[in-house]
Parts: sequence; structure tokens; C-alpha cells
Amino acid sequence: MVDAVLVWRRLVGAQIRSQLQYRLSFALDAFGSFWISFIDFLVVLVIFRNVPRLNAWDVHEVAFLYALSSITFAVTDMLIGQLDQFPQKIRDGNFDILLVRPRGTLFQVIAGDFALRRIARVLQGSIVLAYALSTLAIHWTVLRVLVLLVSMPSAVVIFSSIWVVGACIAFWTTDGGEFTNAFTYGGTSMAQYPFDIYATWLRRLLGFVIPLAFVCYFPALYVLGKPDPLGLPRFLEFCSPAVALASAVVAGLVWRFAVRHYRSAGG
Amino acid sequence: MRLDWEIAKRGWRRYAAYPWATVAGAFTNTIFGFLLAYILLAVYRSRTDVGGFDAADAVTYVWLSQSMIMTVYIFSWWELAWRIRDGSITTDLLRPLNPQRYWLAFDLGRAPYHFLFRGLPPFVLGALVFELRYPSPLDAVAFVVSLTLAVVVSFGFRFIYNSVAFWLLDFRGVVTLATTVVVFFSGMAIPLRFMPTALRDLCYALPFGSVIQTPVDIWLGKRDGAALLGVLALQLFWAVALLAIGQLVLQRATRKVVVQGG
Amino acid sequence: MIEVEDLRKEFVVRRGRLRRERHVVHAVNGISFRVDRGELLGYLGPNGAGKSTTIKMLTGILVPTAGRISVAGLEPSRKRIELARRIGAMFGQRIQLWWDLPLRDSFDLLRHIYRIPADRHRVNLARFRDVLELDPFLDTPVRQLSLGQRIRGELTAAMLHSPELLFLDEPTIGLDVVAKQRVRDFLVEINREDGVTVMLTTHDLGDIERLCNRLLVIDHGTLIWDGGIAELKERYGGERTLVIDLEEPAPPLKVEGAVVERVDGPRQWLRFRGSASELTARVARAARLVDLQVAEPDIEEIVRRIYASPETVSDTKSV
Repeated sequence: MVDAVLVWRRLVGAQIRSQLQYRLSFALDAFGSFWISFIDFLVVLVIFRNVPRLNAWDVHEVAFLYALSSITFAVTDMLIGQLDQFPQKIRDGNFDILLVRPRGTLFQVIAGDFALRRIARVLQGSIVLAYALSTLAIHWTVLRVLVLLVSMPSAVVIFSSIWVVGACIAFWTTDGGEFTNAFTYGGTSMAQYPFDIYATWLRRLLGFVIPLAFVCYFPALYVLGKPDPLGLPRFLEFCSPAVALASAVVAGLVWRFAVRHYRSAGG
Repeated sequence: MRLDWEIAKRGWRRYAAYPWATVAGAFTNTIFGFLLAYILLAVYRSRTDVGGFDAADAVTYVWLSQSMIMTVYIFSWWELAWRIRDGSITTDLLRPLNPQRYWLAFDLGRAPYHFLFRGLPPFVLGALVFELRYPSPLDAVAFVVSLTLAVVVSFGFRFIYNSVAFWLLDFRGVVTLATTVVVFFSGMAIPLRFMPTALRDLCYALPFGSVIQTPVDIWLGKRDGAALLGVLALQLFWAVALLAIGQLVLQRATRKVVVQGG
Repeated sequence: MIEVEDLRKEFVVRRGRLRRERHVVHAVNGISFRVDRGELLGYLGPNGAGKSTTIKMLTGILVPTAGRISVAGLEPSRKRIELARRIGAMFGQRIQLWWDLPLRDSFDLLRHIYRIPADRHRVNLARFRDVLELDPFLDTPVRQLSLGQRIRGELTAAMLHSPELLFLDEPTIGLDVVAKQRVRDFLVEINREDGVTVMLTTHDLGDIERLCNRLLVIDHGTLIWDGGIAELKERYGGERTLVIDLEEPAPPLKVEGAVVERVDGPRQWLRFRGSASELTARVARAARLVDLQVAEPDIEEIVRRIYASPETVSDTKSV
């Protein structure tokens, strides 16, 4: 296990080195990434220029949600965003060689690529987070800090699990890759806003079945000390890590099932 | 003329060859449609009118714009840039057919495919779940005209930013920036009517407003008589202007390729 | 090293756009063979014959539908990871190196993936760098390498962890003559000096001629030949070709005992059996010769003949 981490670190390190070599293109890329994610925040600002509150949420609180969703998604994107290229990898027949190596396939695929330029998006989210934290009157307690800190890697795991499950589609149909976008990019967009604005069926489907509500909505409720507009049990606000673990397990199982199918159907 | 038709057919087929990609894309558009609809509806809990749109207008806007994304091809279009990068553009330049004309015909063949197969399904689904607004017959016709012009304006812009590849080896950042600009200033991310007046008017004046907001305004019956003709004329103006600029860029690029060998 | 018994692989294919009828394809239809340690064998067959499918089953990529299969004493589909440590694979048209990274980095990463001890890695790498002349481009990103350079890198990648068995799928495809020779020399060296068992699928008959002492030929999922090359030539190579250069272009000669296979200007190819000198005499009587050559049947021709009249392996097995 430790050794897997070491391998991963080397893979990532090698790629960072390689990507930094092309400084101008990296800068342009990063610049582009920064602005394209900034649009989402501009939208939030434009909305709040027209109304003071969205349900019971004001601009600072929504900015807080936005920042959490955006940062964790950007980190996920940085780590495994190349999964979007997975259908192409299968099409090119480049998955097979992974099966001839003495490592798990999911590990190899995830460690296979690392996009440093996405760090711009992390930066952008962090700026908004700083803004939100400075304007919100949060009554910090040790538990609140803990919940906030733990929720972020949990969110990364949840997003990653969604991404991995989505990537498995490539084992069945090579040009259906865009389905995943609905849940990854759609997922982060959804989590940027408070869940109580969505209709019940959508909330249940994309908030609980696909547990996007645990990415930042529930942790935020606790940190902000806000009563849940949905009136759900308070313990849910602490469930992010458990949900993350469950998602990871599900993703692993789905991947195993998908690879088993690939190995018997021939791909 | 015959040649254009053949090219247009090729454009259609290029995207029709991947039906699953189209289905997946339509699905994504549908999800985003729902998300945006609820977000905007939350705004209308506090107000009844924003910039001339009421709740039904706004929701119709969401579904129309989601349907239009691929028809007008807002998000990064790379085909020309890739051809430039891998060098096949040189053979295109040597042919007697103007590349811009080729790609325009190609795009005009592509657009109907996306309109029918990526545009209609999400809209129909949205119409089933929400109360949408529908145009009068005149507005419907005007909408189709406006949509076609929007495709051309969008193409003109895409052609120009793809041509950057003639000068820049790594054009990914530029394409991303250009996409960002279009997505925001066209009203794709949020209706222009929600924006501060000055910004909104700027967007309308720039080609971006012609790409999404204007056709939707027409559908929603927000433009009558002289105003209607006015916005259509503006779209036409931008279509022509962007094509002309693209042509100029192409000529400079051709000279560069021929002189320097690409 | 490898034992295969009545191996089968079926695929279910759905044809047609709307009705999607089920259609079973028997890609591999009951093949059996044994490979001993240290052999260097070629695996031949037309496209779609089942070559890739067999290799995929041997390497653990694909799970067989039926039959027994044992590679290095392990069952590939069940013991994939354990087997992976002992075998190396290279698929000529596909890339296993990291595209954006310098070649050196790929090797370093593989060291960690295979958990190769540092000193063994260093020794192996030094040797391959020498034999395959990798130094000039060791620091170049893989995407900038020429095909020949990349293939050499891929071969190294496949061998870095000192596998006992190497599977190669079209390793010389697209290479120029010099590069092909280099690859072939390398394969001969690792086979003869290190005792690495090599199983090589190829369409290139030059590879077969120069490398393999044993050939498996598969067609439509069944083995139609399993034996040595010499025997193959003997059995199917009864006919030879007399290549004659006439003074000037002429219509195909009518000569007893020979069939004109091809005409190209003043040159004609005559296929015949039996004595070359007798035929030459007859030809000389029929036309004015400038030059002539006797050509032995080449593998390509022989293989073509096998495909044309396939017999099952039980008829041809030399073991």
C-alpha cells in the first residue's frame, strides 16, 4: 500500500516536471482554466445582484458553498481529470497493456496522468473561499474546523468515485463518454448552490443516490450553524467521510465488474 | 453550390457517425437544463421580473439555450486548429476551394443535425416538466432565421480563434479563453438580462449577444416590428464582419505558410 | 512454459442497427499446443484468424470461454498479477510508454511498477541502452521519437524486469530494414543468451525466416500448422521458381513442365517441379536467354499455400 503511494508520487512528480518545462503553454493553459471556472462565480455574483437571498441563503453563504465545491472538484480534476480521455484510451487499445502489468488497473489509470494546469482552478476557488470566510460570521469551534477540513478530502473522494463509475461506461460503449460529464461537471455545478432550491426528485437523485449533497451542503450547514431548510436529521452533517468511503467502495466494485466484462467480452 | 451541399452533408455525417456521443451530450444538456431552471426559479421567489424576463421566460430561456449549445457550437471547436497543427492545412490551402467556405458549409451541415438530435430532445423534456413559453408563428419563423444567423456568427468567431494555431504552437489556452468569453458574454451561463444594464448592452452590441440571447429574445416575443428587424440586421452585420475578418486572417496565414513553410 | 489444451474463445456480436441479432463468433476454436522454455516461435495467421485473441488469453488480458491454459505454471486469467511479473509483452502498434515523458522517466516508472531492485534495474538498463543504442534519445519525450526509436524503447520496457517469457505482437511493423534487423538481432540475443522464451506474432515473413525455428499457423480459429520451418518448406515447398531474363519482352513462354506465373517486360517467372537444369535446357531451346536464376520457395508463398489448403494440426504435427 505504502509502495503504491510511492509509485504514485513518482508518476505525478515526473509529469509535473514535464509539464512545467513548457512554461508559456502552461501559463496560458492555467490562465484559461482560471477564467473558465471563474465564470461560475460571476454567475453567482450576477444572481445576487438581482436578489438578496436564494431561499434562506445570502451571497456569502452561497460563495462559501461555491468555493468548497469548486476547490474540491478542481483537485479531483487535477488528480484524475484525464479519465475523460479514457474512452480514447480504450479505443486505441492502450488499456490491454495495463492488464499485463503486476498492478491493479484502476490504480494505473488514475496514476497515469496528472494535469498541473488545473491548479489555476484550485487557486480561483481558494480566493473565493478566502472572501467567503472573511465575510461570514462563523462561530468557529474545534469541531467545526474539523468538519470543514475533513469534508474536503471526502468531497474529493466522492467526486472521484463518480468520475470512476462514469468512466466505466467506456468499457461498454466508446463514444458514450459524455454521460459522465452530466454527473462530474454537472455535479460540481449543482453542489455550488444550496440543495433546497432543487425540486425533490432531482435532490433525491443527484443529492443522495449520487451523494452530491455530502460534498459541501451538509458540512456547510454545520460549519455555518444553519438549520437545515430541508429539515433533515442533523447527524447527516457529519456523514461526509462515511459517504466518501462508501462511494469509494462502490466505485471500486463497479470498476472490477467493468474490467471483468472487458476481459470476457474482448473490447 | 453543389459542392457546398456535398460538404454540408459531410458535416452532418461527421457527427451522425457517433450516435452515442449525441445521446450522451443531449443527456448532459438535459441535466444542466434542470439545474439551471431551478436555480433561476429560486431567484424568482423574490422577484417577478428581472430585466424584462418573468419566471416562465427565464425557464424557457434555460431550455432554449441548452438546446442551442451544440447547434450554435458554443464550446471549444478545435477541428481547424488541429488540422493546422498537424500540417494537413497546407494541402487545403493549395486547393482551389477557400478553406473558410469549406468549413462554413461543413458547419451549416452540422448544425441541423445537432439541432434535431441534441437540441430537440432536451427541449421536449423540459417542456414536459415545466411551463414554457411558445412563439407566435411570425416569431417562430424569425427565430429560425435568427438561429441560422447565430450559427454563422458563432462560426465566424470560431474560425478566427482557430486560426491562432497558425501562429501559436500551443493554442489550448487561447481556445479556452475564447470559449470562456463566448460562454459568458453570449448569455449561455446566465441570461444577459440578469446582468447590469451597461454590461448587458455591451454584450448585445458585440457579436456574442447575437449568438444566444438574440434568438431567444425573438422566441419569447421580446422583439417586435422595427426592433426585430434591428436585431436580425445586427446579427447579419456580425456574421458578415466576422467572416470578413476571418478571411483576412486566412490570407495573412496563407502568406506565412507559403513563405515560411508553415 | 506454455501449455494450451482445447482452448476456445467465443464472442457474441450483435449485427444490424435496429434488430441486433445475436451472432456467435468462434475466434479461437479448440487449439492445443505446448511451448518449452527457451523456444523462439512464430505465430502466423491471416487477419482475424485468432492470433491476437490467443495472445490476449495467454497474457491474462482475455478470459477463455473453455479449455485449459497454463503459462509459466499459472492460469493467466486467474493469476494475472502474479503472471505479469514473469512475462513481458509488447504490442507493436500500441504504446505502453508514457507519451509526454522522456524515455528515461518511463523506465524509471516501470522500475517501481514492477518493483525491480535498483541494481538489477541499472544492469538491465545499461545493457539495453548498449544493445539497442538508446542513449541518443533517452531524454526525449516519447511523443517526439521516431517509430524505430519508440519500438526500441518499448522492447526495453518489456524486458526491463527480466521476464522469462516475452510476447510480441507485430514488433517490426512499419520499421525500415536496418531497424528491423536491429530488433531481430536483439530478440535472438535475449533468446540464446538469456534463455527467454519468445512468442512472436507477425505478418513479416522476414521475421519468421530469420528468427523462428518453429511456427504455429492459425486460420479461422484453428491451428493448421505446428512444426519447424524446414519441414514446412519441404511439405509445401515442392515447387520452385525459375526466373528468366529474355533478350526482349515476349508473351508467356509455353514450356513443358512449367507454368508462367508472372511476366514483367523481358523477365518471366516460371513455376516448376523437379530438375532445374532440364527445364533450363527446354527454355533455352524456346527463347533467347540473357540470364536466369532459380528461386527457392519463400515462406510467403508457402504460407499462402497452407491457407489455400488448410489441414488440421494433427496431420502436420511433427512432435
